[in-house]
Amino acid sequence: MYTYDTLDQAIVDTRVDEFRDQVARRLSGAMSEDQFKPLRLMNGLYLQLHAYMLRVAVPYGTLDSRQMRMLAHIARKYDRGYGHFTTRQNIQYNWIKLEQAPDILAELATVQMHAIQTSGNCIRNISSDQFAGAAADEVTDPRPWAELIRQWSTFHPEFSYLPRKFKIAVIASDTDRAAMRLHDIGLQLVERDGQVGARVFVGGGMGRTPMIASEINGFVPASQILSYLEACLRVYNRHGRRDNIYKARIKILVHDLGAEEYASQVAAEHAALAGLDLDPPAAELARITAMFASPAFEEDAPTQVDRSDPDFAVWVDQNVLPHKRAGYSIVSISLKPRGGIPGDASADQIDVMADLAERYSFDELRVTHAQNIVLPHVATRDLPALWTALREAGLAEANLDLISDIIACPGLDYCSLANARSIPLAQKIGERFGDLGRQRELGELKLKISGCINACGHHHAGHIGILGVDRKGTENYQLLLGGSGAEDVSLAKITGPGFSEDGVVDAIEKVTDVYLARRQGTERFVDTYRRLGMEPFKEAIYG
Amino acid sequence: MKLLTGNDLSTGDVIWWTGRDWSRHVEDAADVGDNGESIARAEEGARAVNVPYVIDAVATADGPRPAHIKDRIRALGPTVRPDLTLKPADPGAGDWII
Repeated sequence: MYTYDTLDQAIVDTRVDEFRDQVARRLSGAMSEDQFKPLRLMNGLYLQLHAYMLRVAVPYGTLDSRQMRMLAHIARKYDRGYGHFTTRQNIQYNWIKLEQAPDILAELATVQMHAIQTSGNCIRNISSDQFAGAAADEVTDPRPWAELIRQWSTFHPEFSYLPRKFKIAVIASDTDRAAMRLHDIGLQLVERDGQVGARVFVGGGMGRTPMIASEINGFVPASQILSYLEACLRVYNRHGRRDNIYKARIKILVHDLGAEEYASQVAAEHAALAGLDLDPPAAELARITAMFASPAFEEDAPTQVDRSDPDFAVWVDQNVLPHKRAGYSIVSISLKPRGGIPGDASADQIDVMADLAERYSFDELRVTHAQNIVLPHVATRDLPALWTALREAGLAEANLDLISDIIACPGLDYCSLANARSIPLAQKIGERFGDLGRQRELGELKLKISGCINACGHHHAGHIGILGVDRKGTENYQLLLGGSGAEDVSLAKITGPGFSEDGVVDAIEKVTDVYLARRQGTERFVDTYRRLGMEPFKEAIYG
Repeated sequence: MKLLTGNDLSTGDVIWWTGRDWSRHVEDAADVGDNGESIARAEEGARAVNVPYVIDAVATADGPRPAHIKDRIRALGPTVRPDLTLKPADPGAGDWII
């Protein structure tokens, strides 16, 4: 885990003082809402449907038990006893009072947390692989790079007022667990001739114009990654459209210029930056990397565990993955219980996860973009005890990557931008496919729901995606098939006319029936869709 | 009918113009007719409300009912957390939204 130095701490402490003054001026009337809004957004404070909403940054989804307990404390003291983990690996609180926001930020700062880069047209919280540092297939731990980029991008004077928000993901394996190619910039760390470097993908994103990022450089040496990013951002900052919010993301620029031309301009800019010495000294990267050293794993830890309890065995099969170190496991805690709200956790549950991380996972937790929590380093022999504790807290749902492991935005229940509710639909689908045996029969099936075209629920990347729309004041749902945010990235396509809430649940059942009837061998749902195409699914739905 | 709504500046609570003051309960809301914008400007200037705006609503025996589902959810609370709505003890309260 990265630990703040005095500069990091001074930055967040100063920021709290600054925001406290801004809030006081707003409350006194010295500042209008028009003047105040951009300032509160720079501190993660939105005005949502019911109240102010605070989005707290969890850089690259990594946090320790002390930080997790602080999140529970804030839920309890300042909100209504729960928090919502988001698709940006952050957490947000839905019932915040403006007058208390500075106190919340001050409490967060005591555990090296903040709400910077969670809103506004800046480089947002850097996202990464939730299994970083634990996955057997990574060439290196991507988190030191994510941290370096976090430091570089925090209050970067050139990039605080970009044409639009800007999202960067860093991964280090061929398996993409971070939807890397659906980011403005995606970096995949790779090894070539014994040297680490990055494949650079630019221009991906979801929203109203979904696009898959294009690879513009197959290998940027590690020593030049920051200056190369600087060049990418400079070209965007220069040419990105500020005249039209819907065309302001870098994906539009890359599309309009063409990836080759954009890459050429980046190369020229990078060359022009060469003399400015923008890349950090090797010692700084080494300082950061040292903080992400592997924990002190036990030698020869037992690799087997008693699976005689069938419920435990199912949970292990579904939610536990191999670790790079023999005798250890990666545990995913599903925040998608049957009938629950995807991504929500009570303050008590957050505390339980903090306690379990401290006891069983070298004090580390991760937030995933799929709105779950990961304990990355669990001794395999501790799995039964961990499962028992999770079950007592209502956190042992064995549905990772199954149809009920639904990504859903807050939707119209909380969000002022939404056109339709997402959460009740997720709950209905969860009920319809409630039987775990049925879900496991369907296998990996990533279902993602957005309550509006902004696509916070990643519907474009769902094997099955759902988009809520407003049809003459009534909620209506479009169904999409065939998307993926993983290494087999693809954008889902709309099946046809939309449905009511109940209608779309029926349609999903028909779609899964087609899959079960026509799948071959070990095909996943999305594989069968790709082989068959849309027609048989459409036929089943609309007949 | 037309209602004037917004959020309390300090707490963020959803509030409704009653004709004299602000209330958290849409049942108390008054028809502002064509005066919504001018009331909004005055009240916003006095920091009594944040981001006020006028909505359409229908008069019913139980009081005004906002025309759009978004405003009905604002008025009552999230449909998925009845315990967090303004009527946590009324299990049927959510029917009013849909």
